[in-house]
Amino acid sequence: MTTTTAAPSAAVTAAPSALRSFWRAYRHAPANLVGLALLVGHLALALVAPLIVPHSPTALNADQLLQPPSVAHPFGTDRFGRDVFSRVLLGGRVALAITLVSAALSVLIGGLFGAAMAYLGGVVDELAMRFVDALLAIPGLLLLLVIVTALGSGYTVIVLAMVLSYTPGVIRVARAAALEYVPRDFVTAARARGEHAFDVTIRELWPNVLDVLLVEFAMRASWMLLAVSGLSFLGFGVNPPTPDWGLMISENRALLALAPWSTVAPMIAIASLVVALNLVADGVAKAAGLDRSRGGPV
Amino acid sequence: MLTLIVQRVLLSLVTLLIVSVVIFWATEVLPGDVATAILGREASPRSLERLREELGLDRPAFERYVDWLAGALRWDFGTSLARQDQAVSELMGVRMRNTFALAGLAALIGLPLALALGVVAGLTRDRLPDLLVSTLALIGQSLPEFVVGSLLILIFAVQLAIFPAVTLVNADAPLAEIVPSMVLPVATLVIVMVAYIQRMVRSSMIDALASEYVQMATLKGVPRRRVVLRHALPNALLPTINAVALTVAWLIGGVAVVETVFNYPGIGRLLVTAVGDRDLPLVQALGLLGATIYITINLAADLLTLALNPRLRTMARP
Repeated sequence: MTTTTAAPSAAVTAAPSALRSFWRAYRHAPANLVGLALLVGHLALALVAPLIVPHSPTALNADQLLQPPSVAHPFGTDRFGRDVFSRVLLGGRVALAITLVSAALSVLIGGLFGAAMAYLGGVVDELAMRFVDALLAIPGLLLLLVIVTALGSGYTVIVLAMVLSYTPGVIRVARAAALEYVPRDFVTAARARGEHAFDVTIRELWPNVLDVLLVEFAMRASWMLLAVSGLSFLGFGVNPPTPDWGLMISENRALLALAPWSTVAPMIAIASLVVALNLVADGVAKAAGLDRSRGGPV
Repeated sequence: MLTLIVQRVLLSLVTLLIVSVVIFWATEVLPGDVATAILGREASPRSLERLREELGLDRPAFERYVDWLAGALRWDFGTSLARQDQAVSELMGVRMRNTFALAGLAALIGLPLALALGVVAGLTRDRLPDLLVSTLALIGQSLPEFVVGSLLILIFAVQLAIFPAVTLVNADAPLAEIVPSMVLPVATLVIVMVAYIQRMVRSSMIDALASEYVQMATLKGVPRRRVVLRHALPNALLPTINAVALTVAWLIGGVAVVETVFNYPGIGRLLVTAVGDRDLPLVQALGLLGATIYITINLAADLLTLALNPRLRTMARP
């Protein structure tokens, strides 16, 4: 919101230079670069994991149960004799995929809807916001669980539940950001030209709330990853025997004293990914001149 | 002022009404109704129909919604599907006590701690204490509740053997007997809660310290301690009231995970079991309860902010 004087079209035509100045602001803090490096590392590993895993993540091995870390099994084996290293390498893929798809959908739908409501105003806006407030009033995990009860678990249902739980927040933020631009001359001009509300939203408002939405994307991705692994931990997310960090922790937690490696390895994996997402979200917010500390993990 | 309060209360009631519709619609009208939940997906159409008639499911959805809501107002949510002989309200009663004790204790310890750490971090911005507190907060924020809980079990229950790892007492045991097994779950909730709230307090403290009235007070020669305590702090705390309310929303969901980790007999674990059993009446009741608590706390936070901030009081719609 620092560049309130920038011409609306400048944001679109001058995209490369805007990106460059954004990067210049972002790389300023070392923590941002650490976060980005960690995140890129995680994404790269998730992509190439199937090619580099030393063992099958699901192969049971009765005479290799609960082996401590060794050369053959760098992170040891779990209680079914499965290689923990291979499972950790692969264990973020499903959660990451669900998170990225859900976060992208939330931001896209929420951003467009919020901006449209800001432009339309009046009774439609008022009614829609009441509904959004109602969805926001159902605590995140509670809504996820209600939806899972109704539709059963499955990746599509989880994505749907994530989008339903996290989009209302994006709508609120996008609407607030877009409201600032609705009274501007370029919006009035578009209205005077007789442009459809949909066109105004996409061409005039959407480009101007992009920075806010980028921050929302990074922030919600970190919360969503926590939520997905929480669901898996509770038994409503990723199904066994698919390797997944949340699921691995819940499967091996009882053996924490006997074979800590099988639980600690996925813990470190999940924590480092969420730290990376948080650092990047902080950095993006600061580079965009926004304050992201005002919000709970809703 | 009075109209503003009435407006807020009415708004909350409307929100709650919409929430009840959402919860009822999500669990009743979507595929897989109560009859299929009881008999399973492979049940014959005829037996499904008979059961639907028996349960009154053949009546229009709106009628059933009104009945359900009227029952909820009298604290009657029907009988549980998984445990056919027990009333939902009966299952919830004693577990609500346990959860409120858990969450209340966590808030009682966590809130002052988060405020203190936030203020310290804000005052020593970018210096050692702040870096220490903020780094720990970042880690706390990045660890899922079940990881924090499992680590605490590893350290305090397995290695040091000071506290029990899981709750072994019955749900309806006297509270005094449950207290020892509350230590680790409360600690888990406190750690995650402090990580979030500390951050918000820190940032509003920094904002307040950079404000013109604080500069003015400093330039007038007011002692630093007085500037912080009398000028900056009250203004920094105001925006955190709503942040705290937001965290309560997390607390309601997070409690489900934490209670599952420690096998604690509260409504959070009851919800997880109910979802696993597809026990629709129980899930509906717990969903409505969670939303009601959250809306009430939000309303209280709104009214408190209104009462404390003279600027908001004079505005029509803040």
